[in-house]
Amino acid sequence: MTDPKHYRKHTLSVLVENHQGVLAKIASLIAAKGYNIDSLSVAETLDPSISRMTMSVRGDEWVLEQVVKQFHRLIDVIKVMDLTDEAHVGRELIFIRVNAEPANRAEILRIVEIFRGRVVDVTPTSYTLEITGEESKTQAVLELLQPFGIQEIVRSGKLAIARGSKTVPKREEGKLRLASRKQAVGE
Amino acid sequence: MRITGSEVFMKCLQAEGVHTVFGHPGGAILHGYDVLLDYPIKHILVRHEQVAVHAVEGYYKASGKTGTAIVTSGPGATNTVTGLTDALMDSMAIVVFTGQVPTAVMGCDAFQEADVVGTTRTCTKHNFLALKTEELPRIVKEAYYIARSGRPGPVLVDLPKDIIMGRAEFKGYPADVYIRGYNPSVNGHPGQIKKAAELIASARRPVIYGGGGIIHADASAELTELVNLTQIPTTLTLMGLGGLDTSHPLWLGMLGMHGTYAANMCMIHTDLMIAVGSRFDDRVTGKLSEFAKNCKIIHIDIDPTSIRKNVHVDVPIVGDVKRVLAQLNLELRKIARDWRQDLEEWYGQIAEWQRTHPLRYQQSPEGAIKPQFAIEQIFKVTEEHDPIFSTGVGQHQMWAAQYYRGHHPRRWITSGGLGTMGFGFPAALGAQAAFPDKLVIDIDGDGSFQMTMQDLITCAQYNLPVKVFIMNNRYLGMVRQWQELFYGRRYSQVDLEVHPDFVKLAEACGCVGLRAERPGDVKPIIEKAISTPGPVVVDVVCEREENCFPIVPAGAAIREIIDVGEPVPEKLFQGWR
Repeated sequence: MTDPKHYRKHTLSVLVENHQGVLAKIASLIAAKGYNIDSLSVAETLDPSISRMTMSVRGDEWVLEQVVKQFHRLIDVIKVMDLTDEAHVGRELIFIRVNAEPANRAEILRIVEIFRGRVVDVTPTSYTLEITGEESKTQAVLELLQPFGIQEIVRSGKLAIARGSKTVPKREEGKLRLASRKQAVGE
Repeated sequence: MRITGSEVFMKCLQAEGVHTVFGHPGGAILHGYDVLLDYPIKHILVRHEQVAVHAVEGYYKASGKTGTAIVTSGPGATNTVTGLTDALMDSMAIVVFTGQVPTAVMGCDAFQEADVVGTTRTCTKHNFLALKTEELPRIVKEAYYIARSGRPGPVLVDLPKDIIMGRAEFKGYPADVYIRGYNPSVNGHPGQIKKAAELIASARRPVIYGGGGIIHADASAELTELVNLTQIPTTLTLMGLGGLDTSHPLWLGMLGMHGTYAANMCMIHTDLMIAVGSRFDDRVTGKLSEFAKNCKIIHIDIDPTSIRKNVHVDVPIVGDVKRVLAQLNLELRKIARDWRQDLEEWYGQIAEWQRTHPLRYQQSPEGAIKPQFAIEQIFKVTEEHDPIFSTGVGQHQMWAAQYYRGHHPRRWITSGGLGTMGFGFPAALGAQAAFPDKLVIDIDGDGSFQMTMQDLITCAQYNLPVKVFIMNNRYLGMVRQWQELFYGRRYSQVDLEVHPDFVKLAEACGCVGLRAERPGDVKPIIEKAISTPGPVVVDVVCEREENCFPIVPAGAAIREIIDVGEPVPEKLFQGWR
């Protein structure tokens, strides 16, 4: 049923219980089902009992439907949102350690300025740069710096937040309280 | 008052209504077993932990009540992995409690330590590691709730030694469960149900394809009503057997790899497939790209992940099968249609398939016993007792499924998804523990039975009067059949040349052993077995090289089904030729 021609990158925002073993459950599921995860970032939300995982997944609509359903199947997963076709802001943070010979220093700084980045560390032969932006932007910076010789990069993976005034945790809380009153089968 | 974790645990089991548990003690769970002595919970001591898990699966499937097993850490826990995987595949509501080394030494390769929560992560519906004694009531409550609600499944609770020995205030067993990430849908979407009813009303060649979900949801009355209302021919999967009375005139028999010819043909020629609590397993669909190409599909299932996992669905309905069928029946009753007349042509076609390709075998009076004959006799002779049947895995299982006759759900227990050899006997043990006065029969194979036969002793110890019928052909029959059909008859490691004497083995274990060697023995031996009190093992010495037909070869399309006497196409040959 799956068709690699229609593969594209999706951004999923997943709210999970913030306790031990949950990341392992998510990771096992991804491995067992063979999903293509490009990046994954995890941190606590405003509510310390909930963590948010933001991940980039490649696949067509069918693959994504399965990914979302399979995540939902995990008891510790509270909510899965596919932000790809929703209005959202997406950013990635990237550290780049690049060769900075005296002759190139000015040029590198110009690039950093154009992309509104910062130099966070300097040695006689290198700069460490911090760039934040959408993936197309970070990619462009990497390409421009390539000729100088990139020594190392560290990237956060994509983070994303939906645009507008709705805040997911609050909205979910109300819904969840309601849902908990529903009696399940066999009760 | 502060009480120990083990006492909290036992009080929770009591509050949960657990009367019978299966298990095996060991170091890390010793304290729990010590406290168990003071509680009126019946414990059945098995001889291998795998048996405990299959037994509670049988207990669940027969009774509908969540099964409970208790084992120790390390090897005790790892021995449950096969059973847990089996339960996950077949949606069996069971809870397994495992001992664990003290939290202080976890991760240090302590004696009998295994990372059980890690090991069982992918073979449980959910698992817990208890890290505080105070949390035990909530964890036990959630474990049982998760196991039996939604799509049922196995849940494991890992209990470190210091947590069950530690003390905590016991404030009672929680009345409610609050799990924010888990709220299974129950009712079907009314709009979808309407759409489904419209499709059903306009179909000319419809077929109902039901699965294990019907049994788990106790929906066989609703299914029967649907069938009676719409007069649609119905087939069930291996897991769904018993969902419709096999004497129902619209019963087509099982479908799938070894299903009846007519049921499989219906799946090819239908214009509307109504899938109810089934999951389009590869043993049912055959080659996916050729499956259901010319029909619409309605799929009712409680598990959203089952829907559109393997095949495209026109009308998906997520919900509890019992409720959705009730809603659907309500909608269908509003439709004025002469169902029988509209389906007349379809019935004619089906009758033709049934006439030209019935299930068949030939038993000569002087020849060796045909396993199909023995199995059919077992069903016939015991029918009036309304027995519970379990099976192992292999040829005997498929024959039993083909010739199955039963009038009620929860009388058929078998390992479908995982195909676990050795499942039948322990499952029968569990069913018998749930219904001590009922006739429980395990139809087994000699290969399957030998995987878990050590627990005959358990049967004798607790006087669980299970009747075991071994279809003994001294082969791993199904593997041999594949080697014959698809590997040019090159038999590799399937000849069980040396067998225990099953009659003496039964006697050595405190059971009664019987043997049938000629066709004429079969009926009287069955009668003798069921009238003998206590556990009985019957060695039915069968024709060695009988094959199970029809067969849809693995990976082939359903239309490539091979019936008795038909040649195997060259392209299906998988060996060296």
